[in-house]
Amino acid sequence: MKRLAIVLLAFACATSAAAETLITSLSNHRVLINSNYTGTSIAVFGAIERDAQTIARATAYDVVVTVRGPRQLLTVREKEQIGPIWINREQQKFPAAPAYLSVLTSKPIEEITSVQLRQRQKIGLRAIINAPDFTNERGGGADREFREALYRLKAQEGLYLEDERGVTFLTPDIFRASIPLPATAPPGEYDVQVVLFADTVVLASTMTHFELVKTGFEEQIGSIARDLSLLYGLATALLAIAFGWLANVIFRRD
Amino acid sequence: MQIYLPIAEMPVSVLLILGMGAAVGFISGLFGIGGGFLMTPLLIFLGIPPAVAVATQSAQIVASSTTSVLGALRRKSLDHKLGAILVVGGFIGSVLGVWFFAAARRAGQLDLVIVVSYVTLFTVVGSLMLKESIREFWTKRRGGTVRPRRQAGEHASYLGWPLRMRFYRSKLYVSVIPILLLSLFIGFAGALLGIGGGFIVVPALLYIFRVPTNVVIGTSQFQIVCTTVVALILHAVMNQAVDMVLAILLIIGGVFGAQFGARMGRNLRAELFRFLLAILLLAVGLRFALELVVQPEEPFSLTTQEVRQ
Repeated sequence: MKRLAIVLLAFACATSAAAETLITSLSNHRVLINSNYTGTSIAVFGAIERDAQTIARATAYDVVVTVRGPRQLLTVREKEQIGPIWINREQQKFPAAPAYLSVLTSKPIEEITSVQLRQRQKIGLRAIINAPDFTNERGGGADREFREALYRLKAQEGLYLEDERGVTFLTPDIFRASIPLPATAPPGEYDVQVVLFADTVVLASTMTHFELVKTGFEEQIGSIARDLSLLYGLATALLAIAFGWLANVIFRRD
Repeated sequence: MQIYLPIAEMPVSVLLILGMGAAVGFISGLFGIGGGFLMTPLLIFLGIPPAVAVATQSAQIVASSTTSVLGALRRKSLDHKLGAILVVGGFIGSVLGVWFFAAARRAGQLDLVIVVSYVTLFTVVGSLMLKESIREFWTKRRGGTVRPRRQAGEHASYLGWPLRMRFYRSKLYVSVIPILLLSLFIGFAGALLGIGGGFIVVPALLYIFRVPTNVVIGTSQFQIVCTTVVALILHAVMNQAVDMVLAILLIIGGVFGAQFGARMGRNLRAELFRFLLAILLLAVGLRFALELVVQPEEPFSLTTQEVRQ
């Protein structure tokens, strides 16, 4: 009940106080992967439109861009020492974690809005990772170190990142951000959420998508391996034997 | 130069993969082993998903072993009969190994089973071989005559069990039962550890059955080709984890490496050959032992189950 009230209140504030409209656009909605793909970056452009009724803001606008890649089932395991050896003991499953997650902001997220709002709206990397529905809770907050480990391991691969200077304002009403996509980010649907803030309050938000797809040879190999797997396996085996035979012929020297 | 791998879904450096293929191929050709136990960790280290690494390197093993088998055929250093028995036993062992693999995974301790098996197998086989070659080396230095490799009436009793068969090329007249048991064990370990088992076949044939070195290499390569082709097709059908682009790169590097390895292997003195193989096995075993004992820098690890739509 209390939660509903807060949501309603937030909604009421958003509609009454904010007459700003947010318009965003991506530089590319379909990124093609070919044989020399080594990662890319996608630009997000945004404009804030104000109409005659819009009240003058004392503070500048802030923008948070959140990009979520395709969902994966991830398992984090922890090694513990049993006698002289280290073995996997505890594990924690993350049933629908994004394969790629980046949060780009115009200034440090702590300065943009309150902890409560960040947690409620899942704004910022920590808020997403520490959200109750991200994984099962454990007694005594034991799930916390697994969440941290997931972030750390993903960040090492460049797949989870937070950039507090990721969004730049070109004019007070126009901004741009660049989403860095490392080559290891998997093909699939990516959601881009742009949220506009002023004075710690959400004014507007938009949701767009882009798609990372394999093309040409890469796409064909992928679909043959999936749909005609026996044929693909036999072909690979034959290819390997043919190469082996070829090498034997080439190197024969008697 | 980078190339995008369609199944592993990541780019790799072409030269690096070619080089790795050549290095592992060289060792494989030199010792008559598949080299999977060297290639798999290397590929995983590059960031290639473990399932893709295990499945794809089997294509390289097929290619380099085919070359070796053809070479052995030409030099008449392949014992078909012995090879066929190894293959039959190996298949049965593989089925048992796959079953045990699933059981260990259900118990949640697959990683442990794999690392402990690696450590035990490699250190035991490696140190036995090392001991043997050091002893051989000392007898020679002291000017003593080296025991001939085969002596009449010196066979262990299990070689004289019933169902004796004659293997002309291996100069053997032994019971089939110990050979079948050996091949069962190899198939079992191979399926469990994702290896061809060449490093067990080679020392076993050398030391237990006293088969001549050149025949050992040809025959073990024959067994490896047969087992690995089946493994490759199974991996492609069940896990869809065979990356053809990666396979071709590894093969091209591997066939060249294997040629030079095999050529060098033929010029190597038998004692030196066994000494080097022993050192290689011990080193790999110790590496896995360290992994088990040393406190990991990062105690957490991350595995991804693919959610395919």
